[in-house]
Amino acid sequence: MLEHYMKQGSSYASHIDGLVWMIFLMVGFWFLFAEGMFFWLLWRYRKKPGEKAAYFDEHAEHKIKYNWVEIPHRLILVCDVALIVGAISVWTEVKISMPQTDETVRITAQQWAWTFQHAGPDGELDTMDDITTVDELHVQLGKTYKFELASKDVIHSFSVPLFRLKQDAIPGRVITGWFKPTLAGEFDVQCTEICGIGHGIMPAKLHVDTPEEYAAWLANPSHYLAYHY
Amino acid sequence: MAESHAHAHEPHGHAHHEPEGWFKHYFWSTDHKMIAKQYLLTGMLMGVVGAYFAYVFRMQLAFPGKPVPGYGMVTGADYNALITNHGAVMIFWVAMPVLIAAFGNYLIPLMIGADDMVFPRLNRLSYQIFLVSAIILGASFFVQGGAFGGAWTSYPPLSAKAEYNLTPLGPSLWLIAVALEFVAFLLGGINFVTTAMNARAPGMKAFDIPMAVWMIVIASIMFMASVGPLVAGAVMLLFDQLIGTGFFDPDRGGDPVLWQHLFWFFGHPEVYVVLLPAMGFVAEIITVFSRKKLFAYKTVLYTSIGTGVLSFFVWAHHQFIAGIDPRMANVFSVTTVLISIPIAEMCFVYIATLYGGSITFSVPMLWALAFIGEFLVGGVTGIFLGASGADIYFHDTYFVVAHFHYTFFPIAIIGTFAGITYWFPKMYGRHMNELANKVHFWITTVAFNGIFIPLFILGASGDHRRIFDYSNFPELATPEMQAMRVFATVSLLVLLAAQPIFLVNFFYSMFKGKQAGANPWNANTLEWQCPSPPPHGNFDVLPDVYRGPYEYSSPDRADDFWPQNSPS
Repeated sequence: MLEHYMKQGSSYASHIDGLVWMIFLMVGFWFLFAEGMFFWLLWRYRKKPGEKAAYFDEHAEHKIKYNWVEIPHRLILVCDVALIVGAISVWTEVKISMPQTDETVRITAQQWAWTFQHAGPDGELDTMDDITTVDELHVQLGKTYKFELASKDVIHSFSVPLFRLKQDAIPGRVITGWFKPTLAGEFDVQCTEICGIGHGIMPAKLHVDTPEEYAAWLANPSHYLAYHY
Repeated sequence: MAESHAHAHEPHGHAHHEPEGWFKHYFWSTDHKMIAKQYLLTGMLMGVVGAYFAYVFRMQLAFPGKPVPGYGMVTGADYNALITNHGAVMIFWVAMPVLIAAFGNYLIPLMIGADDMVFPRLNRLSYQIFLVSAIILGASFFVQGGAFGGAWTSYPPLSAKAEYNLTPLGPSLWLIAVALEFVAFLLGGINFVTTAMNARAPGMKAFDIPMAVWMIVIASIMFMASVGPLVAGAVMLLFDQLIGTGFFDPDRGGDPVLWQHLFWFFGHPEVYVVLLPAMGFVAEIITVFSRKKLFAYKTVLYTSIGTGVLSFFVWAHHQFIAGIDPRMANVFSVTTVLISIPIAEMCFVYIATLYGGSITFSVPMLWALAFIGEFLVGGVTGIFLGASGADIYFHDTYFVVAHFHYTFFPIAIIGTFAGITYWFPKMYGRHMNELANKVHFWITTVAFNGIFIPLFILGASGDHRRIFDYSNFPELATPEMQAMRVFATVSLLVLLAAQPIFLVNFFYSMFKGKQAGANPWNANTLEWQCPSPPPHGNFDVLPDVYRGPYEYSSPDRADDFWPQNSPS
């Protein structure tokens, strides 16, 4: 369902969308059931001349309560268990586990820009050939990346809707995570935590490159003139 | 038996009833009904302010870069200040004062058969502190640098340092206003709980208390139990702002995430603090207008207590992706999803109350039914956000905005209109105009859905919150998404255009409405058994209670209602 509104661009995007779809079906059923019952009762028991409302004593109420409360209670509990299992398994994959990664990218947020430190041709961070860019992140299709997220000033949030990835950046901490791009193209990076008056002008570009594009970008000498320090 | 009750709880208000001056009557009164009206009118006024903020920023979102009629150009700083204060005003200065303070003050003594609150002077002080807090908040817009714009959640370090938020005075005034507002409601809460515990009419046992009173009492207890950490946090943040302490500053050994824990430990129970009174009003209204006993009274009571307790263990679901230990999300996801059980039970019990009823669609009933129908949307969409895996995508998008407006709008707006239209005849002794109220109901309800349904779709498309101009984000600046923003804004304009109908009706009916009499709805609860409007001291003779509040359509009686104080 979500892929209709936002393309899936990472290895776990479809798992998150699958979870959303499962929740949609479950809550959709309960929602339609409850609203259907609600409107039917309103129609069925609208005031009619000469008819008096029913009066249920304790005994009658107890019997009705079984159908109206106890049964839904148990069914909802079953739904909840399924939902929790789904939520936790997706969450564990995206946020807790750390797969074998190919490369690391360092992301630093500040008011109001993103700095991306790429490993460069040697694939190792913190070496002479690192490529540091502002508001422009380059990753290779199909490679698994570890990211190290930090903030220089206030709380920001690194969000790539295409990846279904979002993580707050906290000043004073380095938060790690991972992603594996599966769709080539140019996409938005958003800051999704309010970070001052420039929050609305803090976009960045994500380039998911094919190996050839990535090699061409690496070879561009302007990085070594403009950004390297 | 009847005689021993009947002799007298002489209402002491009558004994020293001197003519009051104008000032003492309207501004210095200790009468719970006058304090309730002070809260109600202040809350309505603040509601107009909050709605104006929403109008300005929604106009900016629909037509970015164009001057907004009645405001002018909206800068990024303006936009942040408007959304921040829209949220703060609507929750702290509209929902709280109207739902809890106004209705709690008005209803508790009347519904339990007392002549006033047990601490009337504390009550007066509560409103006065509240008024001061509202004035301070208003003042924050006119200081150097302008009003605070760090969102109503006020996360440090953005809220802590002027070099980050660029508003040197706004954040401190905002925090002082919020903290004072909490003090006002602590005083009110003490009063509500004590009064409901100690001043009930003879014969009113625990299960004879009307649900509205129970709910306000439970909400007050929850508020008092949850607000302490936040008041402490607010003082710490104020120190960080003003004297350079480092409670939340990582450079000085502090932790910004600590604030989030303190804030949401209060912030989540707060949702139920305002929800429960609205649920209470709905219980009163649906029983009266379907002439039915409230189905499963004890289940409603226990599920609301259960929800209240559980709500203290879900706060970190606001922080799934905020940099907490990700394993914590598993625990909070479980507690959050489990809250669906008591809330769903409450909804089913309310719907079941209609079963076998004789339903009249009067205006208060329409509002109460709209509450149930709309709140369900807010309830089910919350599941998407409580499930940690799905929240990674939805967090801080318009899906969240739509979700919580589908809870808060039914609570604070629909619930309030339900309460006002239902108790107006008691408050002023007159009826509101039914036709005008119906027109207002339908426009408001339909337009409300027109505002927030597009926001669900925007959120699903990855549209994130608190952005004053989407043209910087190509994925979000598509014509389809902009069309939805315009649709939402137009719906808001329709909704706002309908509100003068209500306001004119409210003030006109106060003086010129049709006389209502003591019990126009043929209701059982005690507030309808005293004159409308009730005099100082409320009851001519304080009532005794013989039965529960919802004995409608009893087969033993010719009448379809049976007042709680009627001996037979």
